[in-house]
Order: sequence, then C-alpha cells, then structure tokens
Amino acid sequence: MTRITVSVDGVSCTDEVEPRMLLVHYLRETVGKVGTVIGCDTSNCGACTVHLDGRSVKSCNMLAVQADGHEVTTIEGLAKDGRLHPMQVAFHENHALQCGYCTPGMIMQAIDLVGQNPSPTEDEIRHGMEGNLCRCTGYHNIVKAVAAAAGAMSSERSDS
Amino acid sequence: MGEKVQRREDPRLLTGNGRYLDDLGRGALQAAFVRSPHAHARIVDIDIADAWELDGVEAIYTWEDLPGRVAEPLPVLIPHPAMTHARTGYCLARDEVNHVGEAVVMVVARDRYVAEDACARITVQYDTLPAVVGVARARDGDRLVHDDVPGNVAANLRQEVGDVDTAMAAAPHTLTLELAIERSACMPMEGKGVFARWDADDGSLRLYSSTQTSTGVRAAVAAKLELPLAKVEVVTPDVGGGFGVKIVHPWPEEVLVPWAARNLGRDVKWTEDRREHFVSSAHERGQLQEVTVGFDDDGRLLALDVHFWHDNGAYTPYGIIVPIITATQLLGPYKPGAYRVEFWSLYTNTVLVTPYRGAGRPQGCYAMERTMDAIAEHRGLDRAEVRSRNFIQPDEMPWDHGLMFQDGRPLKYDSGDFPASLAKLKALVGWDDFAAYREQAAREGRRVGLGIGCYVEGTGVGPYEGGHVQVETSGRVNVATGLTTQGQGHQTILAQIVADELGVPFDDVHVTTGDTRRMAYAVGTFASRGAVMSGNAVALAARVVRAKALRIAAEALEVSPDDLDIADGVVSVKGAPGTSIALKTVAVMSNPLRYAFDASAAAATQFAGTFDPDTPPVGDDDEPGLEGQDFYSPTQATFANGMHAAVVETDPVTAEIRILRYCVVHDCGVMVNPMIVEGQVHGGVAQGVGGALYERMVYDEGGQLLNASFMDFLMPYASEVPHIETDHLETPSPLNPLGIKGAGEAGTIPVSAVIASAIEDAEGFPIRSMPISPAELWELRRRHAASDPHPVPVQEDPR
Ligand code: FES
Ligand code: FES
Repeated sequence: MTRITVSVDGVSCTDEVEPRMLLVHYLRETVGKVGTVIGCDTSNCGACTVHLDGRSVKSCNMLAVQADGHEVTTIEGLAKDGRLHPMQVAFHENHALQCGYCTPGMIMQAIDLVGQNPSPTEDEIRHGMEGNLCRCTGYHNIVKAVAAAAGAMSSERSDS
Repeated sequence: MGEKVQRREDPRLLTGNGRYLDDLGRGALQAAFVRSPHAHARIVDIDIADAWELDGVEAIYTWEDLPGRVAEPLPVLIPHPAMTHARTGYCLARDEVNHVGEAVVMVVARDRYVAEDACARITVQYDTLPAVVGVARARDGDRLVHDDVPGNVAANLRQEVGDVDTAMAAAPHTLTLELAIERSACMPMEGKGVFARWDADDGSLRLYSSTQTSTGVRAAVAAKLELPLAKVEVVTPDVGGGFGVKIVHPWPEEVLVPWAARNLGRDVKWTEDRREHFVSSAHERGQLQEVTVGFDDDGRLLALDVHFWHDNGAYTPYGIIVPIITATQLLGPYKPGAYRVEFWSLYTNTVLVTPYRGAGRPQGCYAMERTMDAIAEHRGLDRAEVRSRNFIQPDEMPWDHGLMFQDGRPLKYDSGDFPASLAKLKALVGWDDFAAYREQAAREGRRVGLGIGCYVEGTGVGPYEGGHVQVETSGRVNVATGLTTQGQGHQTILAQIVADELGVPFDDVHVTTGDTRRMAYAVGTFASRGAVMSGNAVALAARVVRAKALRIAAEALEVSPDDLDIADGVVSVKGAPGTSIALKTVAVMSNPLRYAFDASAAAATQFAGTFDPDTPPVGDDDEPGLEGQDFYSPTQATFANGMHAAVVETDPVTAEIRILRYCVVHDCGVMVNPMIVEGQVHGGVAQGVGGALYERMVYDEGGQLLNASFMDFLMPYASEVPHIETDHLETPSPLNPLGIKGAGEAGTIPVSAVIASAIEDAEGFPIRSMPISPAELWELRRRHAASDPHPVPVQEDPR
C-alpha cells in the first residue's frame, strides 16, 4: 500500500492505495466520485476523462499513485456555486447527450479543447474530440454544443 | 406535444449525478468470470484450489455447484414453430463450450482486483473440437456446433405470396444477386451489469440490472431462483445505452449474481468490462443472401425470390426474430409482385446473435436496395425513378403484404406517403443536379458518387405497455411506465404527453421507467416501441385521471363535467375562469381521510365539511386517490419509413472512402419532440456508418475474435461521422390515439445500402459485400480492371 494525497474537486484526499490501482478506480471507489465512468479497458473511449492540473487525461490510463500531489477535477467539480459550466449548458441546450454515459468525458475533453483553441472550426472540433467515443448521438449535436460553448466562453472572458 | 422541449434527464447526467449500474452498491462483493478461451471444446477438468488461497475470495462456483433450475439451460425467450432446433447455454458451461467468452467459473471476492486475480489462478482443461466459423462454413454442415443439430440449422422458414415460379418465368428480365453483409454489434458505452441485494429477514430480492426489460428480468430470475414474484423487485437505474443487446434476458450473470447474493447473504455486483462485452454478450447482422428478381422493361417488379443464410451464433435464446424481420421488412416501400422468401438460421461457434438496432432490417434493406440499383443499371434508368415506379401509393394504404410479421400478426402498412418522401429527399440532396456536380468533380480529378436507400420499419409492436398517473395533493404528478430507458428521453417525452393530456405544467410531471415496484406489467424497450407504446399508455392513463378530476370538480362546483376544462393545473368553468378549483385540491377531495397529515389533508377529514350521510365516502365504482392506470395494446405494428441519400468521394489512388454529404428524410408520424427524434436519427446514422465502413467482427478460423477491443474494433469517432442533414414528413398513424410511430432504429437501417449504392455509383462496378474498407475497394478495383470482378457480379439470366 502507498499513501497518496490528491486534491479532488478542490478537496484534499489522503488515502492508502495499492500501487496497481488505476486513478479512475481510486476516484470511483475510494473517493466516491462515480460521476466519472469507465467505457473500455484499452484507453480508447475517453469516458473516464478528467482534468489533471487543468489538462484532460484519461483516468483509466494513469495509476492513482501518479496523481499524488496533483489536482484532479472531475465532472462533479465543474459547476461553481450551483451554476453550470458553459460547456454543460451548451450540451443541454444542443441535445448533445442521450444516455449520458460518454457525457462527463466529452465535457471534460471539450473544455480542454476550447482551452487550447478558443474558436475551433467544425473540423477542429471533430478531430479534437477524436479520443472520445459516443454510441448514441452520432456526434452531430456534440459538435454543435462545443462550438456554442466556445462562443459563450469567449464572450464570458471578454465580459469579465 | 410537438415542441422541442429540453430534456428533463440532462441536469443530473451533465453533472456526474447519473446513476448507472456500476455506480451503485459501493462496498458490495464483486464477481468476475473465467471464460472459455476456445470456440468449441469439451471441459475435462477445473482446478480451483489455487484460487482459494487468495485473501478476499468469498466464493468460487462451477456448473456443479448450481442448484435446481439455476443449473438448467437458459430459456428460449421467443419460441417459433419453425425453430425445430432451439439451443441455449447454461449459466455456467456444463460439459461443452460453444464460443470464446462463454462463462465457465464464477468468482466472488472482496473487489474486482481480487476476483480477477483468483480467475487467473483457476485452470480449466479442455479437449478442443473443430470450430464452425462463418455462414458459409455453417451452411456446409460438415462440422457441427451442436452434435444433435444436423446441418447446423436452428430454423428454416419459408413464406410465399403469389406464384413466384410462374411470375418469374413470365418476366421479361431477371437478375440474380449474391450478397454478403458482416457482423457488427450494439456496443453501448456502458456494458451490462447486475447488482443484487438479498434481504434475508424478508426473504426478498432487490435486483438492479442494466437491462431493456425490468419486468422480463424479474419474471425470469424469480423462475430460476424459485422465488415468488412478490419477493423479487427489479429496478433499472440509468442505462448507458442498449441498442438491443440488453433486451436479451436473463443473461447468465442476471441469474448468478442474485443467486450468489442469496447464498452468501451479501450484496454482490458484476460489471461487464469491454472485452467481456465483445466476447460474451451478442452481435448481429451476418448474412449471405441470394436474390432473384423478375421485372418488366420499365423496371417494375414482377417476382422476387430471396434465399438467405443467417448466422445466429452459438445459441438461440432470442429465437429467430432477426431473420423473420429481414424476410418481411426487406420489401420496404415496394410492391414486389409475387414474393417468396426462405431462410436458414445457422449455428456457428461464435457469440450469439440477437437484435442490434435495426434488427435484421439493415440486411433486408440492403438486399432490396442493391436489387433496385441493379434493375436501374440493367434498364438504363434513373435509380430514384425505378424506386418510385415500384412504390406502394398513399391511396393504397393500408397495404397488406400477405405475410406474417415478427409479432405473429399481418405485415400490414398503416400509412405513409412514399412519393412525397422521395420528392423531399431528391430536393434535399439535389438529386437532379448531381450529374453536373459529378462532371465538375471529374474535371478536378475527383471521383464522387450518389447513393440512395429506402426503408419501411414496423415499430411499436405489442403486446402492450401500461401507464400509471397520479396527482399528489401537492400538485406533483407522478407517471410510471414499465419499459426501461437507455437515452431516448422518455422522462421528457412522456412528461410532455401527460402535461398536455392532463392540463398541468410540464415541470410538475415526474416520470419513472423500468421499476417493477411502480409498474409490474410491462414488456420492454425494443422495436422502436417506447414512444408508441408507453406514450399512448400514459396518454390513456392521463385521460382516466382527467375524467375523474372533472367529475369530482363538477360535484364541488355544482356544474356539469362537460362545462369544465383543465389548464395549468387548475380546473375551471369554460368561459368563467373565476369559478375554479386547483387540481391539487381535487386530489385532496379524491381521498376521504380519517387522519390529517398536513393542512391540505385536513380538508378531506371526516369532520371537515358537509357530506351526504347516505352515500359511502368512496362510491361503489370508485377508488380513493386522483390516479388512474391504463394499458395500450395495439392490434398490429405501426409502420414508419424513411429515405436516405449520400454523396461519397473515393480516392482514385488510395481508395479511401469519404462521405461528403448525408441526407435523411424521415417519417415517424406525429413527433412528440422533434429535437429528440432528430437525435435518434443522428445516432442511428452514425451506427449505420460504422457498420458500412468500419465495424466488423474479425473471427479467425479457430473462432478467436481478433479485434475484441476499442483499439481494434473501429467504432467511429466524431472524425468519421459526417454532418447529417435531415428533413421530416409527418404522416400520422391511424392506429393509435396520438398518431405516432417509432423512431429509435430508423437512422441505422438503410446506411449500408446507401453507402454501397454511392460507392457503386462512384466506381462503376457493383458492390455486393458490406462493410467495405479502402483495402477491399482497392482490391475490387484491381480485380475489376483485370476483369475478374469478385464477389460475383450481377448475372443476366441467359434466357
Ligand atoms: S475508460 Fe478510460 S478511455 Fe475508456
Ligand atoms: S450519449 Fe450515450 S454514449 Fe454518448
């Protein structure tokens, strides 16, 4: 067992973990953040995407011990003071989710994408979301939502 | 109704507050399985001693440990007289395994890590047997999957309308097409999963399953575990997609997990991982087809004779629903002349085959639409024109094909306007301008093609669904229906329907699906039936409640119920809105009380006011409470339809295939929520594109699935799915109160046909096998250039 301290959604967590434990299992089973889900066993689907120190990572592709001393943000930590993140709002308004299983990962990846490229084209969105699978929506409305959120996020920045 | 209302389920799903199966039961024991590494083998010995050494192992089970009915084969869910050789597996393999992935040993442990470690320490000795892989091999019949099933034939079914032999002999032209279509799979992002909680004191079981039918699972598990139905409840949590695979039940794990929970007196959970989903759930689509068609100079069908061989995998728990649907829905919007169809459903040593979105229709549509293109090519006619000449006309509805559909009832189309749909599609894609575009592209050195595909989909099959509507004294309206939901937005659309029918604000309506505690009678979510069946059921239930509310309010206001209306949760006299009573007050009045639990309830207690001392508080024909229940049970399916067109570009050098445009015209009758319908179409098209260009199950000769992961199975990402252009037609169904038809599967059905049509148009030689990869297209080009086209091209009958 190894002792790790990770900040998860702004709360510091110190736990003893097996060295082989994946970060996603740590989040789900030890910390109880079941909002981050698992869709594959080969790091291809992106359902488990979270932010590590502000950048997106697939949490099934990391060991919990590798997150020691780092800051993790999950889908559960996005809304601030009960206000949804613009990406969450855009997914809702554009019907960019059906079963919702891919949605946490999609949103975390999309926020990172827009962080890197504040006004992506449709093509850039499609390629930027390439690591995330959705079996329900056909991506059509996800692409629309990311574009809409990019717009909202840039006007939010210029407002402030 | 009819509005693009934002979804009710989104807020929880957007914030990580959805609760899928694996999110439940924190701290429960976890199960893992040793699964067969062989496609066909006899089990010689199982050694579990080493696994018991591990700390944290709670139980290890083989077939020998299973009691009573748990040890018997799993049920044949949908028996059919033609299925003379139905075979199902056991919860844990008994003596023989018939596909890679079949469960052999179950381990229950402290957590999944320990359970997997224990599985790795279990040794199973097998005597391998020759494997039957692929339809052609199964059809040869020289190797058998099940010793007692000759020729590997589970079922052979033939239907004929008219005299095909005579009509074919008289036809001026005939063609024969040999076609192939490969396997794919539903691949919901969430796999299957089961969580069982046994209450030893109460002798009862609560089971959570990621299923498409909670009532089905409940009945099956109660039967297997020999428990009274009253002691089993099944709850479906949020489900991360289904697409058909989760309608099969009980999966072995759905029996074993609750059985283990009862045995151990502990909560037990199993969550399927992705590899397990590939090798131990279900696939679909694999068929070989042979179509012979007779037609006149104008391309009109005179006779259609279809044979096909359907790969049903190792077992047939879901019967022959898929090939029956292929056989009947193949006809699409056309009048076939005389029609004969015969299929053989064949065993192979591969994962079993059960419905996947479209459920046999994509194969049928593919056969018919390839045939339409071949006729057009043969007669030198426009492909859309050939289709249009064969359409069933709107004034010919209802149209009875004279065949039996998958629900055992006549294949009778209720409504549809195929010429109007085609006109819309041609306008949307710019059909008539395409020749100019092609020439322009050719000048730029680009190769483009236009494809088309039409389909009809029988949706909303019975037997029934129910709705329960209850108005609480707070004004909250609770709605329950028994079928489950996997992303279709039922909590939104059913609330829209009830809000409309009852006259209450949408926000007051709360919908529960797939919970046997709330609705014990239900069938399930499949066959695009959610909106049709439960939509109409909740509408009927809401009408019951409305009538009761009007009756009670009429007595209170001393007017006739006919003079009353309900809007915004208030019952008022038409034309005199001042004379009114809130629906929540009616709810109070509907339930005469002895005890007041709050101020509003006090109004219904026995000393609260005047009443007629000569009548009982609850009338003879009445029941307490402002609630009602009703069931919708149609005589037959309602038939939706649609037409798709695609423009593709094929790289002249690399044979890479790109979809430039994808257009959909869709008619599912009255739309409850057009936003949700479009979403269903988008998702369906994406799965169709996967099946047409990327996805296949790569089995080697020995029955190993070589691409059992998202690394190797090429499910499309956003970068592979085209932008989708849609248009709608709303031809109401005359069969149900709301006039709606199903929409769930439609988008998937014609995609392989459309893409094949477009590639054929771009390349100028026939496409007879789907899916198609750039490497395969490149090979076809090479063969065609060497005039050795393969697979077999269109053959003109020598007569
Ligand atoms: S679960 Fe992490 S990428 Fe699939
Ligand atoms: S919404 Fe279901 S997988 Fe994306």
